[in-house]
Amino acid sequence: MTALEHDQQEAPEGGLGRRGFLGWVMAGTTLVVAADLGLTRTAATAAIPSLPQVPEIYDLEDLQTDAALPTANLITVTIGTDGTASFALPRMEVGQGIVTSTAMILAEELDLPVEKVKVTLAPARPELLFNQLTGGSNTTFSTFTPIRVAAAVARRRLLDAAAIQLGTTVDRLTTTGGIVSDTLGNTVTYGDLATSAASQVVEAVQVLLKSKPDYQVIGKPRNRTDAREAVTGRKKFTTDLDVPGALPTMVCRPPEHQGSPKRVRNKARVLTMPGVTHVAMVDTGVAVRAKTFGQCIDAIRELEVDWNRGTVSGESDQTVLAKLKAQELPMVVPQVPVLAQQVDTRFEFMFRSSAALEPYAAIADVREDRAEVWAGLKAPIVAQGNIAAATGLRQDQVKVNVVTGGGSFGHKLFGDHAIEAAKISKAMGVPVKLMWHRVDEPRQGRLHPMATSRVRATMLAGQVLSFEQRHTSVTTDFSHGLGEMITSLADELPTGLGGLGFAETIFTLTQELPYNFGVVTQLLNEPLEFEDKFSTGSMRNIYSPDTCVAAELTIDLMAKKAGKDPMQFRLDHVKNKRVRAVLEKVKKEGSWGRTMPKGMAQGVALHKEYKGATAVLVEIDCRPQTVNRDLGKETYTGPRVTKAVIAVDCGLVINPRGVEAQMQGGFMDGLAMTLSASNHLRDGRFLEGSWDNYFYTRQWNVPPEGVEVHIVDPGSDTPGGVGEAAVGSSAAAVACAYARATGTLPTRFPINHGQVRFKPKSFVPSLPASPTNGLKKTY
Amino acid sequence: MPKQTFILNGKPVTVNVNDDVRVLWVLRDLLGVTGPKYGCGINVCKACTSHLNGKAFNPCSVKVGDLKRSDKVTTIEGLPATVGAKGEDLHPMQEAWLELDVAQCGYCQPGQIMAAVALVKRVRREGRGITEADLDRIRNVCRCGTYVRIREAIEKGARAMR
Repeated sequence: MTALEHDQQEAPEGGLGRRGFLGWVMAGTTLVVAADLGLTRTAATAAIPSLPQVPEIYDLEDLQTDAALPTANLITVTIGTDGTASFALPRMEVGQGIVTSTAMILAEELDLPVEKVKVTLAPARPELLFNQLTGGSNTTFSTFTPIRVAAAVARRRLLDAAAIQLGTTVDRLTTTGGIVSDTLGNTVTYGDLATSAASQVVEAVQVLLKSKPDYQVIGKPRNRTDAREAVTGRKKFTTDLDVPGALPTMVCRPPEHQGSPKRVRNKARVLTMPGVTHVAMVDTGVAVRAKTFGQCIDAIRELEVDWNRGTVSGESDQTVLAKLKAQELPMVVPQVPVLAQQVDTRFEFMFRSSAALEPYAAIADVREDRAEVWAGLKAPIVAQGNIAAATGLRQDQVKVNVVTGGGSFGHKLFGDHAIEAAKISKAMGVPVKLMWHRVDEPRQGRLHPMATSRVRATMLAGQVLSFEQRHTSVTTDFSHGLGEMITSLADELPTGLGGLGFAETIFTLTQELPYNFGVVTQLLNEPLEFEDKFSTGSMRNIYSPDTCVAAELTIDLMAKKAGKDPMQFRLDHVKNKRVRAVLEKVKKEGSWGRTMPKGMAQGVALHKEYKGATAVLVEIDCRPQTVNRDLGKETYTGPRVTKAVIAVDCGLVINPRGVEAQMQGGFMDGLAMTLSASNHLRDGRFLEGSWDNYFYTRQWNVPPEGVEVHIVDPGSDTPGGVGEAAVGSSAAAVACAYARATGTLPTRFPINHGQVRFKPKSFVPSLPASPTNGLKKTY
Repeated sequence: MPKQTFILNGKPVTVNVNDDVRVLWVLRDLLGVTGPKYGCGINVCKACTSHLNGKAFNPCSVKVGDLKRSDKVTTIEGLPATVGAKGEDLHPMQEAWLELDVAQCGYCQPGQIMAAVALVKRVRREGRGITEADLDRIRNVCRCGTYVRIREAIEKGARAMR
């Protein structure tokens, strides 16, 4: 399909008009330009069919109205006298590559080398309201147009200034690499023009964005802009920052999940320990501040604390599962002919820790009349409000600096670390550099909720009549801002969503079965009895990895019942061309159907979300010699995926190299969710304590024959999301392959959950001592 | 308070701190050398991997008092100098990491690179090349899942290491 055909099919409002936008030149000493971060949504709702000229979308009336808009909620690009463009991105970089892709988008529209674009992370800007949340793989989708508009305004303004300086007209000028040239060969740099292009007043400017065939930067593979910082150890994460007086601080935490401290029995003694400066009780535990984190650990091991019980005291995996089962919504099978066949499945998904390798960490300096906080935060405005509430300050007295994160996976959507650090700083009266110990993460940190998923499909003579899915989950916490976003948009949501709670709304907005299966219903139930019991959140995808595993395993059973090959059965039922294209790509590239030894098998799965689709084909080895391979202490090996082939359609690709990285990483997450990574709840406590208990993937789980990524171009001119796009279909493909290799349908995930393969670390003291035998383990 | 002396990235350093403080905290909290990262504190995630006298070690599990005055500690910051790199030049393993664009969030990568260099040197001492089994046995956790590119970069970096 050509880009034109695509446009005609999928974007009837298309044409030149979609590239015409309004931006602003701001008052400043050098050139500062701006655009409204809400532009994408405005453009999307302006469903005016095929209007080819700018004024027809933005006429004078519109211009005057828009120009009067308050400009506080704008994002700005500044051109410096050194010829660089600076932009503070109101999103958080956590490894997903948005700093790089944003620099590319700016460079494209500005005709400036990517190296000359400086992208930093904006601090909390409450005026942006809901427009400063990094989640749902939405960054590029939501910022693509506004950022280009700002850049186009800047370029236009620089051209105007250059025309005056060179004594010519704009239409005789060209821009390349940050240099403006006229037809005679005279040149002037953006840096030279930065001051003369500046304005003393705010004015509205119409611009036309560059069209796709003219792209020079977008779509070309580019390495990360921060790669050199990363490989030299110079990249700064929160605990690497040197904030005066902010000494290392850790918290002695309760043995039970979400317990609380009652009384410290030996505070005076612990205060005399080497390095220790402060001990203070807060609602989550007892904080210790010392000269080094090591001395915090030692002090916490000495603390004697009386604890209150946790919120799930006495509960275990089995009791929670039983409560979920009792609350599962019934199926409402439509009337089907007597001869119809049914496929009924039920799957269970265990708690998982969403913690990144960088644990929760935050620096806080809380004073009488102000506070400043530094942390990795994907929803900094919400954190700012919470910190204000927790410290008794007004929100405008709290400055929240967003620090690049060492991974997030949904974890840093919550400001737990920043709020806790602020409380501790207030209680101690000094700045603190708070870091959670690794052990704190799986035990008290955010968890992907336990859930069950039931599916019932009915078929008649090979035809699928209905497909019903009922997902029942421990409450997912959306208090990081998505909930409020939904409330504010309530009037604009599609009909049929009214009356649903946050969770059900998000479920409905994210679940889309990409198959023609007759009557399809997918419903969520999150029983109220679990509210506030567990510290939860989503983990690199909200519900989709679990719902996708349940659906795709069921589809394999349906194919079997229909006497069809699983790949062919899917191809026979896919809903549209884009979904078909990714499925056919993995079929071809992954040599679907090739002969494999007994105990090995292929598996395939498909997922549609984030304005795109991802298909994954894997080969798995479940032979005993592989499953039982021994790599020494503290390892779990298990079945090994030997090869993965991924095909992704994520709309317009900004940086193919970044997409590839997200696919490979997302695959490893899906693999871990299906085979190895979970938390065990026993008697109100989570047993896992560190990476030797919580089996996220290691090198020994990596497919030795590679993780191939194929980007399927749908010809779209808008980007989709990639951060989470590979997880669901990867988890499901591994599950399907495992079922085919072993001949047994797995019903509980991860498949190794049944057995606790480690000796749990102590709960009192809450932290393990650091070993001292490191000199014997050098290599 | 006892004085702790050792050689850090080619230069002798002295710190006043008790013997039992682990080297990781001496580096990060007292000397401000933040390349080695904390990921577990119990020598299982390997994010702090650095070199001691040219071999990989994890400073989270070594008491500073156990270091001798002549012990050479090398962190990621000092890696380029071990091959005589000057100015902004990097170690071949770091260059391989850049070429393959390995890093995502980057938090584990200093440890990954230090582990990779030590692995290459170890197999060379053993008079052999790197095998798939060697790569499988690397324990450094990467929560972003950059493992595939790490494997490719190690092989590339090894070829460039003399």
